[in-house]
Amino acid sequence: MTNKARRGKMLAVASVMTAALGVTAACSSGDSGDTAGSAGTSSAAAEKITLTLQTFGGGTNFGYKAAVEKWNADHPNVQVKYNNLTDSFENVYWPQMLQWLQSGTGAGDVVGIDEGGMGLAKARPQFFTDLGQYGLQSRQADFPAWKWENGINSEGKLFALGTDVGGMSICYRTDLFKKAGLPTDRDEVSKLWSGGWDDFIKAGQDFQAKVKDAKFVDSVNTIYNVVLSQESAKNGNVTYFDKDQQLIVDKNPAVKTAFDFTQKISQAGLTAKLQNFTDPWNTGFVKSQFATLGCPGWMLGVVSGTAGDEFKGKWDVATVPGGGGNWGGSWLAVPKQSKHPKEAAELASYLTSPEAQLMAFKEGGNLPSTIPAQDNPELQSATNEYFNNAPIGKIFGPSIKSLQPTFLGEKHAQVKREVEQVVTGMDQGSVPYADAWQKFVEAGQKAAG
Amino acid sequence: MSVNLHTQRADPAPPPSRTGRRHTRPPNSFWSRLDLKAMPYFLISPYFLLFAIFGLFPLVFTLWVSMQDYGLAGGEASFTGLDNYTKLLADTDFWNAVVNTVGIFVLATVPQLVLALLLANALNKRLRGRLFIRLGVLLPLVTSVVAVAIVFTQLYGRDFGLFNWLLDALGVDKHIDWQSAKWSSWTAIATMVDWRWTGYNAIIYLAGMQTIPRELYEAASIDGATPRRQFWSITLPMIRPTIMFTVFVSTIGGLTLFAEPVMFASNRMDGGTTGQFQTIAMYIVEQGFRNFDYGYAAAAAWLLFVLILLGVAINYTFVRRIGGAK
Repeated sequence: MTNKARRGKMLAVASVMTAALGVTAACSSGDSGDTAGSAGTSSAAAEKITLTLQTFGGGTNFGYKAAVEKWNADHPNVQVKYNNLTDSFENVYWPQMLQWLQSGTGAGDVVGIDEGGMGLAKARPQFFTDLGQYGLQSRQADFPAWKWENGINSEGKLFALGTDVGGMSICYRTDLFKKAGLPTDRDEVSKLWSGGWDDFIKAGQDFQAKVKDAKFVDSVNTIYNVVLSQESAKNGNVTYFDKDQQLIVDKNPAVKTAFDFTQKISQAGLTAKLQNFTDPWNTGFVKSQFATLGCPGWMLGVVSGTAGDEFKGKWDVATVPGGGGNWGGSWLAVPKQSKHPKEAAELASYLTSPEAQLMAFKEGGNLPSTIPAQDNPELQSATNEYFNNAPIGKIFGPSIKSLQPTFLGEKHAQVKREVEQVVTGMDQGSVPYADAWQKFVEAGQKAAG
Repeated sequence: MSVNLHTQRADPAPPPSRTGRRHTRPPNSFWSRLDLKAMPYFLISPYFLLFAIFGLFPLVFTLWVSMQDYGLAGGEASFTGLDNYTKLLADTDFWNAVVNTVGIFVLATVPQLVLALLLANALNKRLRGRLFIRLGVLLPLVTSVVAVAIVFTQLYGRDFGLFNWLLDALGVDKHIDWQSAKWSSWTAIATMVDWRWTGYNAIIYLAGMQTIPRELYEAASIDGATPRRQFWSITLPMIRPTIMFTVFVSTIGGLTLFAEPVMFASNRMDGGTTGQFQTIAMYIVEQGFRNFDYGYAAAAAWLLFVLILLGVAINYTFVRRIGGAK
């Protein structure tokens, strides 16, 4: 930007906001400007329309490639453009989406929303189409009560349908475990830390004693989220906000426990000091910088999509220490600005159908949220080729039906973004361990406003 | 712009067409008078219209927004007067951003302008392939800022970056995590800025230097002045207005620095885990478009405006002394 502002000092300042707007828009989506526009012009012909589906996430993200191809083959007049905008939900996708929703243009016809954004989405009924008017109330029987109810907004209207849920596991690199003299078989690996997270650290120390050029875990914020989701299940299913939208970041024992564990694993020197969903983290997969990472179902697709074919068969899946947890899981909604709400609602319903959820499960490991898909024998017996043919149906299957919904406040995404910065800063050395908890709480309070 | 650009360059003569026209029409006709009086304003009006729409209006609108309290996206707004400003002045994160911005600005601009001056002085000499070299100096300017930032961010990578690899080769075995500390992140960002803008400033200085009459140098060398003495006593004072221009423009650019640090922070607005390199522009975007506190962001934008005026004023007093002339 330097030196460009020749028009004058005044202009330079005024253009900060505009320039900033332009840059952020340019960064997160190349060509989203034409989302629904193309449809209107060509409607004179055979009413052929194009719907834009916007999602987020690393690797295979929502796992909709096959499902969208099938839809496009079956619906020659309603073509779907599947646009995964970015890796990062809290930092890039959600702020950008809110901006589009508010300005009334830019958002796709069907958009993905992470659990962390649902609190705010529910409180803004003006942004989303009421799906009930297209008869989608009929889908209620497909979903467990909590997944369905979270798609009902503050006006009591159905605005979002559930996609996946976040059962938990640990992904690990068999070749690196072998190098460290640790067992590689997934049952034996699971047994290594069957006693809980302290065993996990102990295994990590054994690993680190033998292996110098790779770290045991990827980042602190992946493991932090895994533990937080487990702990919140034990503490009334809340994290940063209680059910009255009050900030409880300093009072919730789940947060403190997750933080303390994270600090412990960082101080033990077991982390690769990366930050998840950033470029260095993606590079870390390819350069084998870490041996394990916390894997909710959807993370399997992130791993396979990011690490690529070179590492096929080198990853495997073991059970997670510390019991079940529910991290992640998303919803699909239709923004009010969509020019084809009826078709978009149909698409959202199709993509959340048991059939499409199973396709996404095969593609990226995203665990289905619908009951028929969860009960499907195909899911129970599923294996994942990329992960050394791990029986992921058996690993995740039993737990996903008993998952507890986590309550996330309206400002969850903001608070999550800020407190995780402190966790990462602590790991990377810019926040001293002794001050970290205080900084963590302050960051949360500040973000909550 | 308030920059005084009076150099030795002769201003173009006033267009003769006006007087020519006057003779062809009756002198006291209404149209002729309109042509004389209103036409000039009409002809320059596009600039002022554009300025009013894209400059003045946003400025005033921002002022109005800065006195509102906006809720989250889609929330209601309410008038709060100067609340945002008082809150902002007590906000340590804002001051952190101010310190970062000024720090990066000094770290980037001082070496940049000094280097540009030396470069221009060298380019002003008789060199083989002069045109080629002059064009080469300007080359970084045609690359996109974001591309520069992405490439540099990779060069400054902690684990696989070129700079750490070079340091490694020199025997520094601890990899520097460039993003994690203030000094390292500021240095990294300053080099990105300098890489792109040093050549641009050098060319501007060169243009200034070429307007200096040769006779001055000839007279000086007859009097026995060394090239160094000539540089300090002739070149520098003579291009002072040009230096002033580049300093002002760099001040504005440096204080609104945005794209480089954002790319350096993996496209985030918080500039490192503890905001080590969050600039004011990033802070404004974070408040406005990440936390959706538009009023607060607008107030910060206005404070940035004041800060730029201040920065320009301070630099003006500094630069005025250059060359110790009158």
